[in-house]
Amino acid sequence: MRLDQRLIADMIEPRTRVLDIGSGDGTLIGHLYRERGCDARGIELNMELVTRSVAHGLPVVHGDADHDLAYYPDHSFDYVVLQRTLQAVERPREVLRQMLRIGRYAIVSFPNFGHWQLRLRLLLGGCMPMTAVWHTPWYETPNIHPCTIRDFLELCRKDGYIVEKWMAVDEEGERAPWRRSIRLANLFGEQALFLLRRR
Amino acid sequence: MNSTAPLTVGEHPHASFPEGVELDCGVTLAPVDIAYCTYGRLSPQKDNAILICHAFTGDQYVAETHPLTGKPGWWGRMVGPGKPIDTNRFFVICSNVLGGCMGSTGPRSVRTDGQGAPGEQWGTAFPPITIRDMVRAQHKLVRGLGIERLFAVVGGSMGGMQVLEWAVSYPQMMLAVMPIATAPFHSAQNIAFNEVGRQAIIADPDWRGGRYWEAGVVPARGLAVARMMAHITYLSEEALTRKLGRRMRRGPAGGQGPEGPVSTFGDIFEVESYLRYQGSSFVRRFDANSYLSITRAMDWFDIAADHDGELTPAFSGTAVRFCVVSFSSDWLFPTSAARTLARALNRAAANVSFVEIETDKGHDAFLLEEPDFDRTVRGFLCGVAEHAGLF
Repeated sequence: MRLDQRLIADMIEPRTRVLDIGSGDGTLIGHLYRERGCDARGIELNMELVTRSVAHGLPVVHGDADHDLAYYPDHSFDYVVLQRTLQAVERPREVLRQMLRIGRYAIVSFPNFGHWQLRLRLLLGGCMPMTAVWHTPWYETPNIHPCTIRDFLELCRKDGYIVEKWMAVDEEGERAPWRRSIRLANLFGEQALFLLRRR
Repeated sequence: MNSTAPLTVGEHPHASFPEGVELDCGVTLAPVDIAYCTYGRLSPQKDNAILICHAFTGDQYVAETHPLTGKPGWWGRMVGPGKPIDTNRFFVICSNVLGGCMGSTGPRSVRTDGQGAPGEQWGTAFPPITIRDMVRAQHKLVRGLGIERLFAVVGGSMGGMQVLEWAVSYPQMMLAVMPIATAPFHSAQNIAFNEVGRQAIIADPDWRGGRYWEAGVVPARGLAVARMMAHITYLSEEALTRKLGRRMRRGPAGGQGPEGPVSTFGDIFEVESYLRYQGSSFVRRFDANSYLSITRAMDWFDIAADHDGELTPAFSGTAVRFCVVSFSSDWLFPTSAARTLARALNRAAANVSFVEIETDKGHDAFLLEEPDFDRTVRGFLCGVAEHAGLF
């Protein structure tokens, strides 16, 4: 399990209901189900990964964040998780709204576009920055809605979501040291991880 | 198609229910026989039983040589020791559907409504049955075997309809269900296909108003045409092209038709020959009136219709674990139908898995070699067993 998945797992209370959007090969829901006694389910777009998850006994449906969340009833989960995908969905604001309609808490991680390397490369090179995290050229990237940690906090404020926890994480998923200063986190954090709830 | 002799009715192992089954049409059909096969051993706790529901023209001989055709069981590659539905762990039950012709009460059974000549068959007088009636009969069988709760109910195509009906009618009676290559209602296109099949049978002079047994014949040509047409819908264009393509085969007269050396139908395409074979082998094992009864039952199938037009309420509050499976090239029960079902189940907050298996084999893929499908069946059942603390 990736380190940031471990951080996500640590945010989740045992024996709760969890929906993981973009559950991949089912690592997180498998862990939550087997180690934490959670009723953990997944949605995944890649059919090969869906089949692999189901073949491992995990409840996963084929679908995606933009089109399938509307079919879940209100408050049907305690946590709804979206890992490293917010920047790639068609309507991130709507996806967040759906997540907090379905779940009591939303756990969202995304790559931070405010990282100093990106800022510097755009400033000095004048081209769309390419880094280890942002590694596809602009004409091929699925990341159609990049945002910074500040941008995300602003959206949460606008839509009335309460940030229960937040942290910056580096690419390996190690928790980064900038815990108090959003300014520093936004400059040095490669990934951001948020635990949100409805007001 | 050359065979016009009536079917031989063998004895099939069965259970008899003198009280019968109360049908959706209001008639009580009594007594009722349900022919069935079992594989594996029922655990002392009676918690390892899997009911398999067969498709339209299938029967109870899932994993053994068929007594009539001599062919291997229709799902022998899925059910058996060490197979995805592992009979070393599970006790597997499969029964011939009500209305069928392999030992369960159906149109070929002796009339029990006091009408007609003594010992006469039901024929077309057999009361109209529904998928739910089939499930009611299976429920009697399962209870009769002393099983309070099934581990799972599994089935493809019309078998999948029964699986869904089980989940709706008896949600407390199973831990999990696998509706495969199926839909929550029969589509207009599928009703249309069924109607063509029925008309082919009825148009055969040997059908004789449904009383063909009186003359010792069967409407073999009509039944074969129905089967040929239906068989096309079970395949895909890709599969037909891959298997048979446009290849020709020499006609019986070496390319010469009855009209002389040059003939329209002298040589035939492999695909024609293949379908003719499918048609002719079918008439030896299937009863025409059963064909009519069962296709009608499929046509009526619509879970939402029984719940004020909404699919979700049918499943609300269900604790059953669902695994919905579709096949990418299935145009009879397409993935879109499976997705409708999966979404309705999500709305009902049900525990649902939904997988589309990538294949070019069409609807029949659920009966064929598909490693991803095998893994899905095995993994899902293991997952449910693990969750239930079974093994």
